[in-house]
Amino acid sequence: MKGTNLTSRELTDARRRLLQMHFESGVGHIGGNLSSLDAMLLLHHEYLCSERDQFILSKGHSAGALYVSLWSKGLLSDDDLKQFYKEETNLPAHPPASGVPGILFATGSLGHGLSLAAGTALAKRLNSDDGHVYCMTSDGEWQEGSTWEALIFLCHHKLTNLTILVDHNTLQGFGSTDAVASMNPLADKLRGFAITIHGVDGHDLEAIKAALDAPSFQPKLIILNTTKGHGVSFMEKQMGWHYLPLNEDQYQQALSEINGEMEVAAS
Amino acid sequence: MRKQFCDAMVARSASNRLVFMTGDLGFMALEPLRAALGEYFINAGVAEQNMMSVAAAMARQGIEAWAYSIAPFCYARPFEQIRNDITFHGLPVKLVGNGGGYGYGVQGPTHHAIEDYGVLLTLPGMSAYVPVFDEDLAAVIPLMGRETGPSYLRLGRGEPPKGFAVPEYAPWRQLVRGGGKTVIAVGPLAGSYIAALQGLQNHQRPNLWAASELPLSKHPMPEALMAQIASGAGLCVAEEHVARGGFGAELALYLAERGVRAGSFTHLCARKHLYDAYGSQDFLRRRSGIAAENVLAWVTAS
Repeated sequence: MKGTNLTSRELTDARRRLLQMHFESGVGHIGGNLSSLDAMLLLHHEYLCSERDQFILSKGHSAGALYVSLWSKGLLSDDDLKQFYKEETNLPAHPPASGVPGILFATGSLGHGLSLAAGTALAKRLNSDDGHVYCMTSDGEWQEGSTWEALIFLCHHKLTNLTILVDHNTLQGFGSTDAVASMNPLADKLRGFAITIHGVDGHDLEAIKAALDAPSFQPKLIILNTTKGHGVSFMEKQMGWHYLPLNEDQYQQALSEINGEMEVAAS
Repeated sequence: MRKQFCDAMVARSASNRLVFMTGDLGFMALEPLRAALGEYFINAGVAEQNMMSVAAAMARQGIEAWAYSIAPFCYARPFEQIRNDITFHGLPVKLVGNGGGYGYGVQGPTHHAIEDYGVLLTLPGMSAYVPVFDEDLAAVIPLMGRETGPSYLRLGRGEPPKGFAVPEYAPWRQLVRGGGKTVIAVGPLAGSYIAALQGLQNHQRPNLWAASELPLSKHPMPEALMAQIASGAGLCVAEEHVARGGFGAELALYLAERGVRAGSFTHLCARKHLYDAYGSQDFLRRRSGIAAENVLAWVTAS
């Protein structure tokens, strides 16, 4: 991939590993993991460069994508991932409070992460720490009032060391974001705040990178226009894959599609 | 207590790097602290949920973080943020709720906090401070500042009788010495009983104790108090807090686990959130049966 150091192989390996992990554990939440994985991988490979840079996953139900990103960076092992969702695991369905490198906070109840990111960014400023904070939210999460409290706060305090990424896959727990409580287009609702807004294809790594690299004198918010279940035809844009586990046939088909994509990319 | 609280915080800020966040409250009270802290004093606005998560993150980054509001707004609105973001991570955020109990009196039930420490003490690692006297704040603030886990301060108003020599702060203090029955009260309520109980004849006067730190496991009961209870003359526990989750329930369990029989056990507590009429804190205490006259009636009953 031009412009990014993240290779096609790393991306495909991560997708494959994500599917394997969910299949072996017999659990769901795959759709939102696949929509957010590309950006999370890019962040972990190219932007979280030191211990001072920090990532907070506000949409905690995409913990699988986070664990795989940490695996891709060598911070979690294959054996670690095999414990996903299992008894005595430290890799539960939502990020744990401690014990996993790169995870600062237990998240999973929506509407917490952006405030935690804002507090982390403000603390870094007070501590003269030049690290940058990245926070990924879901799109449905913007229905939480606390997310707007956080936005007001981070804009008021001009937290330019904070970048927000919204995984805008347009499907939430029990319907589309349009059908449940529409804020579309989300960018229009956000435009009155003192933030720099970018909207990009959330599966185009170069576009995401361009948005991340664009200079800004304000906090930055990147709307990642993503596809729930990205890369697996029968999952794409299907709300059911917010919850469903894969059976053997589905798993094999998903793998072949992911592998096929890699072959196309390599050719 | 707010003035003494502010004074103690200003004193602490002189030698400790701390952030103080307020949910847009503190007019005519916290201005000296704002002046002392500069950019480390943060008015987080009318957004308590955000304030608690920000405080958690500050603490996670190694900054001593305090978060202040009117008591119910401090713990009820942002409960999940306190639970998930602060206590699940064992972060030493210091929560401060002003006007605990019926402190906001005639402001109405939305402003009362009669389940605050009970609710908060269900959370992992949480401890609570309920100072009795204004003078206690000078000792309590450094203690809270040094806490390595989350803590909650219920601010009220000191109510000692005129001329009373306030004893040095301690988690347990005996305020009135007598014989026979024992009264234990939580926080300022204890101070409000002193005058009524001191006036009793020696043979009727009970031992009055004040408890200021919870849970009990943090500061076990003094042996002298245990002995007074074990005499079997009768025990009355009073608190401006509902019965469920309150100090009385914890104390009863504490005694039962140790096989201590109090003779009789009476619990005076905040009875209701909603009344048919509202009034001052004293009015609501009388309606709840936790005023000095109610304790006096219990003591003098045969």
